[in-house]
Parts: sequence; C-alpha cells; structure tokens
Amino acid sequence: MAARLQLGHLVAAALAAAILGTLAAVAWFAGGLGALSEWDWRAVRFTLWQAALSASLSAALAIPVARALARRRFRGRGLLVTLLGAPFILPVIVAIMGLIAVFGRNGVVNEAMRAMGLPEIGIYGWQGVILAHVFFNLPLSVRLILQGWQAIPAERFRLAASLDFAPRDVARHLERPMLRATLPGVWLSVFLVCLTSFTVALALGGGPRATTVELAIYQAFRFDFDLGRAATLGLVQIALCVAALLAARAIALPAGFGAGMDSAMPIPAPRGWPLVVDALVITFAAGFLLWPMVSVITTGLPRIPALPPEVWDAAWRSVIMAVISALLSVGACLALALTIAQGRARWVEVAGMLPLIASPLVLGTGLFILLRGAVSPQQMALPVTVAVNAAMALPFGLRALIPAAQALRADYERLAMSLDLRGWARLRHLTLPRLRRPLGFAAGLAAALSMGDLGVITLFASDQPTLPLKLYQLMNSYRMADAAAASVLLMALSFGLFWLFDRGGRLEP
Amino acid sequence: MSLEFRDILIRQGDFALRADLTVPPGRHAVIGASGSGKSTLLSLIGGYLAPERGQVVWQGRDITAMAPGKRPVSTLFQSHNLFPHLTVAQNVGMGLRPDLRLDRAQSMAVEAVLDRVGLAGTGARRPGDLSGGQQSRVALARVLLRARPLLLLDEPFAALGPALKADMLALLAEVAGDATVLMVTHDPADARTFAPTTLLIEDGLVHPPRPTGPLLDNPPPGLRAYLG
Repeated sequence: MAARLQLGHLVAAALAAAILGTLAAVAWFAGGLGALSEWDWRAVRFTLWQAALSASLSAALAIPVARALARRRFRGRGLLVTLLGAPFILPVIVAIMGLIAVFGRNGVVNEAMRAMGLPEIGIYGWQGVILAHVFFNLPLSVRLILQGWQAIPAERFRLAASLDFAPRDVARHLERPMLRATLPGVWLSVFLVCLTSFTVALALGGGPRATTVELAIYQAFRFDFDLGRAATLGLVQIALCVAALLAARAIALPAGFGAGMDSAMPIPAPRGWPLVVDALVITFAAGFLLWPMVSVITTGLPRIPALPPEVWDAAWRSVIMAVISALLSVGACLALALTIAQGRARWVEVAGMLPLIASPLVLGTGLFILLRGAVSPQQMALPVTVAVNAAMALPFGLRALIPAAQALRADYERLAMSLDLRGWARLRHLTLPRLRRPLGFAAGLAAALSMGDLGVITLFASDQPTLPLKLYQLMNSYRMADAAAASVLLMALSFGLFWLFDRGGRLEP
Repeated sequence: MSLEFRDILIRQGDFALRADLTVPPGRHAVIGASGSGKSTLLSLIGGYLAPERGQVVWQGRDITAMAPGKRPVSTLFQSHNLFPHLTVAQNVGMGLRPDLRLDRAQSMAVEAVLDRVGLAGTGARRPGDLSGGQQSRVALARVLLRARPLLLLDEPFAALGPALKADMLALLAEVAGDATVLMVTHDPADARTFAPTTLLIEDGLVHPPRPTGPLLDNPPPGLRAYLG
C-alpha cells in the first residue's frame, strides 16, 4: 500500500533535471528584456495571435470529422484514419512543398480563382502560416477526439439506445462530457505546437508580419551570433508556454468513463441528413489533407532512383535516430503515465509536461551554452537532436497514455492486486495488452516526429546531416528535382515508421 | 480458523467505520443500507485500503499490512473480475501463476476447474464472447483453483437474473467448500439461503454475526427501514 519509489519517479526526476538545467543555462545567459527590439516584440504578438487562431480553427473543424469517423463504417475508413496521422507526421518541409503546389501562385486553387476572376490567395505571410498550421493540426485533433469517442464504452451507447435517447440526449450525456474532457487538451496541444512553430515560419513566414519567436531565436543565433539575445528570446518563449499551460489547467475537466468489455459494437449512426453531412465532411477533410501530398508524390517519385548517395546516407542516419528517439520517448512515457495514473505524485505529471515549456530551439540554445566548452557543435548535433526529439514527443504520448493508464488502474488495479500480478508478468499480461493502442500511437508519433524534424539541428551546422536537413540544403541550393525526390523518400520513411508502430498497437494479439 | 477485527477504525472523509468483532468459520452475509460501508469492509479485508488504526487478524496472524495478493483471500468484485484481453483459460490460470507459465499439471488443473463449473471447452475464448452467467462461472473457476481459505463476495451476481443467481449461489456453495465466506448482498432471500449468519453494518459500526433468520424476521429499526 505504501508509495514505493518507481521507475516513473526516476524518469521524471531525470527529465526535470535535464530540462530545468538547460533552461537555467538559458536564463543565466539572457540579457534583460531591454535587449529586445520592437521587431522582437512584434514576433511575440504574432506568435500568440497565429497560435490561438490555428488552434481554434483546428479544434472546431475536427469535431464533425471525428464524429463522422466514429460512427460511420465505409471502405477505406481504416486507411483514412491512419492517413489522418500523416500531415502531422509529414515532415513539415515536405508538407510545405505540397501546400505550395496546391495553394501557391501556380497551384490549382489560385488557377481556379483567376479563372473565376477572383483575387489570388497568397501562401507567403500570415495566411500561409495559418493554413499550414491547420493542415498539420486538424488531423491530429481529429485523431485525439476520435480516441475520446472510442473510449466511450459501447455499453453506454447501448444503454442510451435502450433509453430511447434522441441524438440530442446522446450528445448531452455521452458526447459532450467526452468533448469537455478532450477538447481543452486538444486545443492546448495545437496552440503549443503553433506557439513553438519554427519550420513553417522559416519557409512561409518571416519578415515583420510573420516571424515567430522561435524563428527569431534562430535568426539571433545563426545570423547575428547574438547568444544573449537568443537566450532572452528563449526566456520569452518559455514565459509564453508557461502562461498558456497555466491558463489551460483551469479548463481541463476529466471525465469518469468506465471500461467496456471489448465488444465490437458500433456507435449508433443516424441515417438521413446526418449521413449526407458526414459524407461531405469526410470527403472535404480527405481532399484537403491528401491533395498536397499527392502533388508532391507525383512530382518526386519518378526521380528517387537518381538521388545521390549522400541523400541515402542521410536517410539511413535519420531512421536510426528516429527509432532510438521513439524507444526512449515511449519508454519514458509509459513509466511516467503509470506513475501519474496513481494520482499521488503531481510533480511527476508536471515533469512529463515540462517539454511543453521548452521549445526545441530553446533547448538547443541551452544545450549549446552548456556543452560548448566540452564538445564541438559537430559532435553534439546528432545526440542533442535525438534527445530533444524524444523529449518533444513526450507530452503527445502522455496525452494519449495517461487517460488509458487511469482507466486501466480504475478498472483492473484491484483484480491485479488480488491475483498478486506484479512486475514483468503484470507488464506483459496486463499493462502492455491494455495500453497497446495508445503505446503504438505514441511510439509512431515519436518516431515520425524525430524522422521529419528540422528544428534543433539547424542550429548546429553539421557535416552529418539528417534527411530533412539534407532536403533543406538541396532546396537552398535550388536542386529542386533532387529536393522533390528526397521529399518523397522522407515522407515515405516518416509515414512508414509511424505505420509500423501505430499498426502494431492496433493489431489484435 | 477465525477472522478477527481488533479495534478497527476506517475514515474516508466524513465517513467512518468501526469494527471490533470475531467472525467464526462458515458463511456469512453482510447486510446494511447503501453507503453503510459493506464494500469498505471487504476492501479492508482484501487489503485495498488501510485502516486508520486497529488490526485485521486471520488465524492469529496480523494481516493488516500484507499485500492484497499475498493474503489468504479470494475476492469476487461487483464488476471487472476478468481481464477482457486474456482468454478464459488465461484468466483462470492467473489464479495459479500470475506470469502464466503453467506446467502441464497446472494447465490440466485449469481444464478441470473449467469443467467443474460447466465451461469445458471454452478455455480459448475471450470473456466478451461469453454470457454474463458464464463470465461469473469463469471467475468462480478461478476462485476454486486458488483455494484460498477466505472468500469475499461483493454482490458479484447482482446483475444476473433470479434463476441464474440461484444457480450461481448453489455453485458457489460447492466451490466455497469449507472456506470462510463473507457475502455482501441487498437481497434478504440470498442471505437466508446462502448464509446461516449475518453481519449487520449500521451507524458506522460492524455488528458481530447473528443468525440470519431471526435477524431478518425481526430486524432492528434501521434495517427494517432499509428492507422496507
């Protein structure tokens, strides 16, 4: 009965020490806020505004899509649900090429606008940043909300049917409580992703009206070699994230749903108008998400055989880094979630969410400050990238795992205790089988995020580039044919890694 | 072979439950109004909550601090008695070895108890494929296999129909053997058929066992109000 020291406590302590230590280095190095110019403050305002707008749009649009997917069964649904993970795990730099192909000056959308005599939409500037953020985060939001829908036991829907609930009553008693529990977390996830947005701003934004704080850090670090100003901006970034987290704590309401007995009972699906609306919603969402990807694939696929060997070297390097990063991340995630589910050590949950307050570039800046005496930037580039990517994936994994771990505990803890199910046997026969879906999802997310990440590594000029960095270098040297092919390769690898892990979690044992 | 509560006090917020009594071997019902602390008493014996003070003693041995899985106790909960992702045979086998590394003799023992509760041949199925009554039988098979001397029942058959419940109680009586049984129930008829004596929980106090028939024929005011 006594609270034992668990792996989760150790992981949490190590994580907290690493992140807080790094942030302390940043704070030590930072100048006063007076060091920031009007330009920097404009970046702060833009960052907040675009993150709020992106999060609201993503969450609002995701609800009808998730509901349609939760209650409809059709050919290709499984594939679509898997693909929904794609834009989020699609390497940002690849997705940007796709968005430019569809929404850019010569894209189909603007051609249609011109044909109808309407003004063109610009992809560069704030519109592009918002568009890209919704493109990346709508699918993540749908998946998170869909998981919430599927977490409502089928028995509840059956009970609702037996009580002759109208759709309105189902919404009130089952769906809205679930949404109330899920949406704040979803909105916050998207808001925080956008708050620390780097690659999108780098590629589509920039300039006085579309520069994020994260991009400003990069510019201070790489172009101005002004470590003090980079650190100060880092502190501002941390303050933004902390404020957002504190605000969000007030909203989140957990819902106490029990367990279902795993019966394969579909959620009730009304016919008539709701069916038509659901079909339109699914079609529109699928089109918005697939079109840019198809554009990139058709351009780049035929050119893959002609890729130079250094691209393949970079690809292989990235895959190894991604797998290490995913295993690190999901292992830490599981240990943390199991401890958090016991509800006795609040600080463990706080430690698990710490990566949210430390953006990749802030961590990169801090680690550079800490390590620069001992190791060269060349040497630290790859290990730092692996570690930062593993940490960055943690909050997403935890969001999926903590509720599942809590349900596991509420439903089966006493039974497991009564049978003396402990240690390895418990992990193998209870924890892993019951948590395999969120675990697979978390591992897939971590691997793909790491695979496609073009963030912290840009701080360290490396002669051992990852594939996204190699792709960025190809684009910058205008080798567009190779860039398109490398995009497809990178997309395939990211998607493949995600698919392997996520699929692994959803297979019936 | 007796179970003793020595000066037990449990506190959960405003709620308090006291127990200072000896439960002799045999089958006992546990009766009391909703929220009187019936499940709390079972949780105490099972080891899922620690008392603020006092000891739980089994056969002269203090088990108050013992881990739930090490106690001489099998429990049938109100729900979630089976792991839905494991097969019937695995669910039962877990009663012998939680790591499920069963040798041949143990596997045969699993088959044998499944046979005894009338579920021969269902070992490879999942609980979700079985009826409610069959799921109860699987849980009973595991109780049978574990053969612990103390058996706690927290209304495990409340969701079953009367005929099925009668079947289960009959099977239970068989399975229990000479184990000491504490059965929480809302149904006076169950108490009469299954348990010669009854522990009444009233006003935060667990009363010593009394013969079930006379207690129910002439209940004290609080219990009378509850039984209606």
